[in-house]
Amino acid sequence: MKGHVWRPLYAVICLVVLVLAARYFMVPKDFGIYERGYMYGFHRKSAEDYWKTFKVKYQFNTDYCRDCHAEKYSIMQTPHAIIHCENCHGPVLDHPTDPEKLSVDKKRELCLRCHLPLSYPTSGRANIRGVDPITHNPGIECSACHNPHMPSLEAMK
Amino acid sequence: MVHGELWTVKELFVLPNEYIYWSIQIVMYPFMTGLVAGAFVLSSLYHVFGIKQLKNMARFSLVFSFALLPVAMMPLMLHLQQPQRGIEVLMTPHFTSAIAAFGIVFSTYGLIVASELWFVYRKHFVKTALSLRRKADKNPLDQVKHLFFSALTLGAYDVSGAALHQDEKAVKILAGIGIPVACFLHGYAGFIFGSVKANALWMTPLMPVIFIMSAVVSGIALCMLTYIVVMEIKKFNVRRAQSSSSNLPTSEAIKGIELNEIRITARYLLFFLLFAISLELLDLIFRGYTAVKTWDILRSVIYGKDFTDIFILQYGVGNLLPLILFLWPRLTIRRALVGVIFVLFGVFMMRWNVVIGGQSFSLTFAGYMHYHLPIIPRNWETFKEGLAGALMVAATPFILFWLFCKILPVFSQDSEELH
Amino acid sequence: MISRRSFLKNAIKGVAGLSIPLSIIGIAGPRKLFALNNVTAGVRWAFLINTYKCVGCGLCVKACKTENEIPYDANVTRTWIERYVHLKDGRVFADTPKGGRDGFTTSKIDLGEGRYQDIDEKDIDKAFFVPKLCNQCENPPCVQVCPVGATFQASDGVVLIDRSWCIGCGYCIMACPYGVRFFHPVLQVAEKCNFCYHRINKGLKPACVDACPFGARMIGNIKDPEDPVTKVIMAERVNVLKSEYGTKPQAYYIGMDEEVR
Repeated sequence: MKGHVWRPLYAVICLVVLVLAARYFMVPKDFGIYERGYMYGFHRKSAEDYWKTFKVKYQFNTDYCRDCHAEKYSIMQTPHAIIHCENCHGPVLDHPTDPEKLSVDKKRELCLRCHLPLSYPTSGRANIRGVDPITHNPGIECSACHNPHMPSLEAMK
Repeated sequence: MVHGELWTVKELFVLPNEYIYWSIQIVMYPFMTGLVAGAFVLSSLYHVFGIKQLKNMARFSLVFSFALLPVAMMPLMLHLQQPQRGIEVLMTPHFTSAIAAFGIVFSTYGLIVASELWFVYRKHFVKTALSLRRKADKNPLDQVKHLFFSALTLGAYDVSGAALHQDEKAVKILAGIGIPVACFLHGYAGFIFGSVKANALWMTPLMPVIFIMSAVVSGIALCMLTYIVVMEIKKFNVRRAQSSSSNLPTSEAIKGIELNEIRITARYLLFFLLFAISLELLDLIFRGYTAVKTWDILRSVIYGKDFTDIFILQYGVGNLLPLILFLWPRLTIRRALVGVIFVLFGVFMMRWNVVIGGQSFSLTFAGYMHYHLPIIPRNWETFKEGLAGALMVAATPFILFWLFCKILPVFSQDSEELH
Repeated sequence: MISRRSFLKNAIKGVAGLSIPLSIIGIAGPRKLFALNNVTAGVRWAFLINTYKCVGCGLCVKACKTENEIPYDANVTRTWIERYVHLKDGRVFADTPKGGRDGFTTSKIDLGEGRYQDIDEKDIDKAFFVPKLCNQCENPPCVQVCPVGATFQASDGVVLIDRSWCIGCGYCIMACPYGVRFFHPVLQVAEKCNFCYHRINKGLKPACVDACPFGARMIGNIKDPEDPVTKVIMAERVNVLKSEYGTKPQAYYIGMDEEVR
């Protein structure tokens, strides 16, 4: 074939070279195939570090609060011992420096998460004592009468 | 607001993260790539298989498939949440994903069509460039045009008989390579859906084939539609100019050519249409007969929630009506026009029923999601993934085609101009 | 001729080389992973959920949203709780209002579109809660379909997302049979549970595991035979979700029911 027939091909080759050059500058250097092979391990390695260094908000460490709030640890003798402080008091973050004070959730809905009675067989929910929120002192915070750190009804009196 | 929440209504038990994430633009995407592939296959019928009667249609459909090409990419870019990163599909393609092939297949196909166009219209480029070069007093516009056409020649000014013969050969080879690539371009669009094992409606190995067939159908229909419209405009112009000049073809002569061309093309349309319908029905029957775990929910969607969309709009208006219109003896242009509009609508509904229908039931198989197309563009998201965005995508190829017609003699009757 | 022969030789070598990583992918069942322990000591995270213990309080969902910076009021979540209620007449109702973020504080079932189903306690045959989260599949279909390599599996089996590389095409969301993926409402990239990767790498447990007062959620290293979670998975009857997809999910459930999908 005569030379001119190949002209479009040269144009195509130029294009491919351009893309490859762009690729060289655009693709991060740590992009490659890692432990799980091409199918599942094709990625930017430093993306793993992004997630490893993500900020922790909740400590969920039973002893974290003890140094300052030892008196609250009476809860450990009650059925509420299984509930971590932060579930009601909010994430610790960098408390006590940031934030200085945690905002405690005192809404009725928080208690109802467990104490709305649902007698579901084969579910642990059936074993939790509950109240009907519509008839049981509506509009009043539960903690007005009940001490969440000492929840037993006997202790109320 | 969460992406998708705006147009999704949930019914019964639907998982919290489930929304109709793939909306109107993903309906447009297979619809538009289908048109590209179909238009190209039509033009190849002439170039490769030498079906002479399709000569006029072939030139035209090749240019049209090129005009459709950039538009196949548009809906994808419009649906991406991070469109500025879209180029990564070319930078770090992950070939275990059907979408990663997009960059490669799409560019390959685009380059093939562009090269084929170059060979078909090279003589025109050379002639225009040379005549502009000879022109004594070039105004700035002429200079730009001169530069543009000189660039288009790629420096190949040889338009001797032997060179042109080589061009013809090259066109034939490119058209031959182009057919499988065009089918691949669209088949893998079907593969994108068919390989999603999580989606009970999509997952079928027939999906790519169904997509290719309906693609060819829609491509042929669109070419016929545009051809008819262009010819009508031409007839209108001829009738107006008849008084001033006598050596123009008469409006009857144009009509004769037009009708002949339409009737032949309609035969190919019918063939592919019947094939597409058979495959779709096969898929449906097979699902009902095997009735695996997911059939309960699928049945409730196909025969219940989406009955109108599937059986009335897609199969009825989109397939049955045009079949009757085309099979009725003595096809007229008007009837063909109505027929191809129905066909195009039917293929669009098929894409709709696959893409939206596939997301209209929950992964729990116990809930439904309903899609509400955003009509009024209130913000960028409702614009691009709403009616406005879809219309913009649909209108773009015609604007591009009009631009190409300014550069290329698409409808030239002068057979010397082209091969 | 010789060059052709050497070409063929190389081709065979190449194919053989390609099949090696494929054989690694083949390892997936817990017992196989366990057996692999002697060869490649390391970590493979797995999750264990006891549906008998879950009471549907939703403290896990609440903690997860805060811990992982998912906007609290956005209607997407990395983990959620489903409620299933089987009635004596054979009907099954299920719902997950707001993903169970606020717990289940009514006996009515949310039917969507603002409609609710009243349930009479006496009609219930069985009813229970099922926490869901990413299964960190051994063969994750979401990773397979990512066109740009923006989601991947770390060596410890956790599937992560590269937030700065995701193009937001949504293919991974479509590919997940469990519906755990969604678009982050603020960042507009794919998002999903990663077992609180930042916590498990610091020796902490995922926020949902710690937040659960009832011990319904557990995480463990399935390659460590002494791990309590591994012991349960090996010694007790556990099940996984949608195993028919071949994804080899690594969240094991105690007390699974056929209706749970």
